[in-house]
Amino acid sequence: MKGMSIIVKKVAQLISGLIFLYGIYIITHGHLTPGGGFAGGAIIAGAYILNILAFGSDAMNLKNKEQGSSLSESLAIFIVLMLAVFALFIGSKIFFANYLPKGQLGEIISAGAIPLYNIFIGIEVAAAIITIFLALVIFKEEVKK
Amino acid sequence: MELTLSILIGFMILGAIFAIHAKDLLSAVITTGIVGYSLVIAFLLLKAPDLAIVQIVIETITLIIMVAVVLDSTREELKVKPDFKSYSNIVLSIIFAAVLLFFFVQATAELNLFGDHTLRMAEAYVDQAAEKTGSINLVTGILFDFRGYDTLGEATILFAAALGVLTVLRIKGKK
Repeated sequence: MKGMSIIVKKVAQLISGLIFLYGIYIITHGHLTPGGGFAGGAIIAGAYILNILAFGSDAMNLKNKEQGSSLSESLAIFIVLMLAVFALFIGSKIFFANYLPKGQLGEIISAGAIPLYNIFIGIEVAAAIITIFLALVIFKEEVKK
Repeated sequence: MELTLSILIGFMILGAIFAIHAKDLLSAVITTGIVGYSLVIAFLLLKAPDLAIVQIVIETITLIIMVAVVLDSTREELKVKPDFKSYSNIVLSIIFAAVLLFFFVQATAELNLFGDHTLRMAEAYVDQAAEKTGSINLVTGILFDFRGYDTLGEATILFAAALGVLTVLRIKGKK
């Protein structure tokens, strides 16, 4: 896959950082405003895909990136499971219990364990979509050779 | 409101029918985008911004991938001659659709009017979710607290999908 023209490259450089920040905002404010782990993760993956489409697959070292994304995907879903299991050791008898203190309604640090779940689900979704996209791109490159 | 939704749904049906009958596969892929983006507007009209955000991003990413696949392989549709099997499939699907329609009509007569919030569980969630979970966004509160298993299942499905894509593509790429 070849990269696109210089205009597309510059615009992608300018925009992708903003899209990435917006995705992080959606994830971390998941318990306050619409959105959450799934929406924010998909937006972060969109920022990565925009960069890969604009700069082409030759410019970036895709194989290493794919290893990193699949590793972070596996780690993130493992941590989500561990967060859910951790409640059992603390003393609540419910899987997926909200064991941290609830805090003030409407503050950023509130809602107990929900922001933590949001963050790791966001990492999981972003890494999964990037991994699928990278696998398709690498497959295409390998078939061409 | 209902009129706008009906127009949107009619638009989606038109797009789907065009996508089936288009000669050029690229235009077929783009017209399936009509269905997805109209669904985004429908979600916004029905006051579900959480779903709308997810739908618009996923729709865009899948459209990009589909357009890339069509541009890379072929834009011509395969010509297949209809035989006995395809005719029997058409008859079977028409019978199935008729049976489903019959039971759907009976089921919708039992339901509340469109837009009525009189479901028992939904009322309990709307009244108490903010206190019990501590999260103002009720959707996130329900997804990660009352319905934690749902979220875990969805994340596991995505994990399995990525795993499957990696496995299938790796084998073919190696030969």
